[in-house]
Amino acid sequence: MSLDFAMWEQMAGSTLRVSTPLLFAVLGGLLCERAGVVNIALEGLMLVGAFAAVAAALATGSPWTGAAAGAAAGLVFAAIYALMVVRLRANQIVAGTAINMLAAGVTPFLCKILYDSSGASPNLPLDSRFAIAPVWFAWILVVACWSWLHYTPSGLWVRFAGENPEALDTAGVSVNRVRWLAVIASGAIAGLGGASLSIFLSSSFTRNMTAGRGFMALAALIFGKWKPIPAAAACLLFGFADAAQIRLQGVTLWGEQSVPVQFIQILPYLLTVLVLAGVVGKSRSPKSLGLPFHRG
Amino acid sequence: MTNETPAVELRGLQKRFGKVQANEDIHLRVRRGSIHAIIGENGAGKSTAMKMLYGMYRPDAGEIRVHGEQRSWASPSEAIAAGIGMVHQHFMLAGPYNAVENIVAGAETSEPRWRWLPRAFRPVDATGARARLEKLARQYGLEMNFDAPVEELAVGVQQRIEILKLLYRDASILILDEPTAVLTPQETEELFVNLRKLCAEGKTVLIITHKLKEVMAIADHVTVFRAGKVVGDIPRAGTSVEELASMMVGRKVNLTAAPPPPPERGEAVLDVRELSLASSVGGKHPIQNLSFDVRAGEIVGIAGVEGNGQSQLLQLLLHPRAYRKRSRGEIHCLGQPILAGKAALATAAIKALGVGVIPEDRHREGLLLERPVLENFLLGLHQRAPFARRGFVSLKAVRSAAARAIEEYDVRPRSLEVAAGGLSGGNQQKLIIAREFERSPRFMVAAQPTRGVDVGAIEFIHQRILRARAEGAGVLLVSSELDEILALSDRILVMYEGRIVARFNRGEATEQSLGIHMGGGSHS
Repeated sequence: MSLDFAMWEQMAGSTLRVSTPLLFAVLGGLLCERAGVVNIALEGLMLVGAFAAVAAALATGSPWTGAAAGAAAGLVFAAIYALMVVRLRANQIVAGTAINMLAAGVTPFLCKILYDSSGASPNLPLDSRFAIAPVWFAWILVVACWSWLHYTPSGLWVRFAGENPEALDTAGVSVNRVRWLAVIASGAIAGLGGASLSIFLSSSFTRNMTAGRGFMALAALIFGKWKPIPAAAACLLFGFADAAQIRLQGVTLWGEQSVPVQFIQILPYLLTVLVLAGVVGKSRSPKSLGLPFHRG
Repeated sequence: MTNETPAVELRGLQKRFGKVQANEDIHLRVRRGSIHAIIGENGAGKSTAMKMLYGMYRPDAGEIRVHGEQRSWASPSEAIAAGIGMVHQHFMLAGPYNAVENIVAGAETSEPRWRWLPRAFRPVDATGARARLEKLARQYGLEMNFDAPVEELAVGVQQRIEILKLLYRDASILILDEPTAVLTPQETEELFVNLRKLCAEGKTVLIITHKLKEVMAIADHVTVFRAGKVVGDIPRAGTSVEELASMMVGRKVNLTAAPPPPPERGEAVLDVRELSLASSVGGKHPIQNLSFDVRAGEIVGIAGVEGNGQSQLLQLLLHPRAYRKRSRGEIHCLGQPILAGKAALATAAIKALGVGVIPEDRHREGLLLERPVLENFLLGLHQRAPFARRGFVSLKAVRSAAARAIEEYDVRPRSLEVAAGGLSGGNQQKLIIAREFERSPRFMVAAQPTRGVDVGAIEFIHQRILRARAEGAGVLLVSSELDEILALSDRILVMYEGRIVARFNRGEATEQSLGIHMGGGSHS
């Protein structure tokens, strides 16, 4: 394997592409967690987004309706999550896990009903898929998210809701309303992440196709200290590992035997573990993350 | 509206929570431009009345008049809009953000050119807000750093941010809830200067407090609450600390009883040698090289603003096992090494040596709030005779001992069945003291023993600590209340940023000299 310019260019493009679903997921997670609600449900929200996007794109032939459907599905599931954790103050880890399990069960079920196969949907024709738009959109969203968080009243409220909700409450802003809206917006964005996985990176829905990307996004969020730009950079790192993994499959080391593909596929996950082990203690989470808010 | 119209007038306010009549027929008139102190013991109803005034509770009956107009509001934001704001005892600030963001949150403004956007998405006019804040800060003498994250600022400065937050919202009536509880004496002085300035500029200030000396120093007028009613309403001039204390408690209180001269110093009951602890453990400051001892028959007071390593020191004393890997130095207690090199005793073993503990945070470390008084009394004594018999608890023995103890320690109500969480702060503390003295301790750790405790109970707790000393126990008193430190301690150590920065014998220290060392001496 020669390290020439063309190869690097290819790697860069591939990194940008594969990190796109992660970027959406990390922004969704950021929105939710900065408002003080743990979002372990990202995985499930992405999965329903991925399925809904394929279903809508198959039905209408347009990737744009697919994306909209993905966002809507994420939003609906996030609304269920918000109902549980904001309104009913359920434990956020338990409720998030429930959402993940629900998504893992409901998507193959619907797939079976619609396409008579619980494993995968039919393939999308090329013109029902995105070519490059999600990459642009994701990066615009990163910048938008950063400036929104820092320059607008609602961004300020979200930051206060996650840090000291009582301060926000005494200032006359409803904490639970802020959190409620943050959670459902988070679901819509995570749903877009799922859509970009199924109708941009691949051409069909397959069972459990998110394969831990929601959790990887959480890792990127922690690595990026809950800040949009560093978190996006962390996504690029994970995306690079993923691209490298694809690239390195079949490579030979020290002789003729090629490295088993399973070892190479470990790469992004291994990186996640290393990053978290090295960084978690030093990264400071929003102070009220995971704590339900009620007055007095 | 004339100057004679009171800024605030409460007429016959009533408030009931379940069976408890929290406020009964409250009348209050606060003159415009004055500092009005609201005093009373815990549960006397002063906070309830103030919370009705600023919109957190709705009165059951009665009326609230502000600048002569009758008002009623559904939420604090409506009260703020009417010019009434409150500085809470626990500051309502988000640590990582700067003063401007903390003040502006919830009251953002933006430039007209963004009017086409929904309000929540219009860019905040931070420059404009900042200019206005700087002007207000100059006008009222509230100097502060607007750029640093507020968690890096001193508590006194954080309080100024809270005051400025109200001024930014055009509050004309400011309610301060126990404003000096977390301040050093110097910061308290500065606060008082600021409050006088606020009044001079036409603002009206209400202070909820239980520190009578400060009432005498700052207030123009005093209203005394007891058992949900107003029992006194007098100008400050012409009253005294003693008179106010008696009004609050409803009987004569002896606050200035000089303790007997210290007995002969005996054996060391606690010996701390060159103790250090890394800073990562629960606080900003590492503990550095602490060496001191406590001898039988003396009270050693550790003074300091909270968060200067006192909590970590207490944790090390009581839970050396948890910290042995991160600490250096030795601790000996009643002749036994409890922390020395790799060896460390378990907490239960330390207490079994004859150590009694009044913990810093009684809710977290002292009591099971949901459980009845009886079980709380047994806590930690469950393996001792006569309560434990062949591995079983003898409820009969516990019951009779507990009944005797709550009688002796005046825990009210006299019920063993009521949940500990249902007792007032003072009675919870008395219950803990009753339990810890049941061990006949030879070494007593008393951490913030009178925090959130009423005047009457303070007197009782102090007397009990002095009696322990008279009986030959050594006492380590950790307190951020200077009055308490000065009144009780035979020796005083001042902690600042994890070190002992000053040592005094009884009679050598004054509030001023302690305050200077507590604030970092020449640094401040």
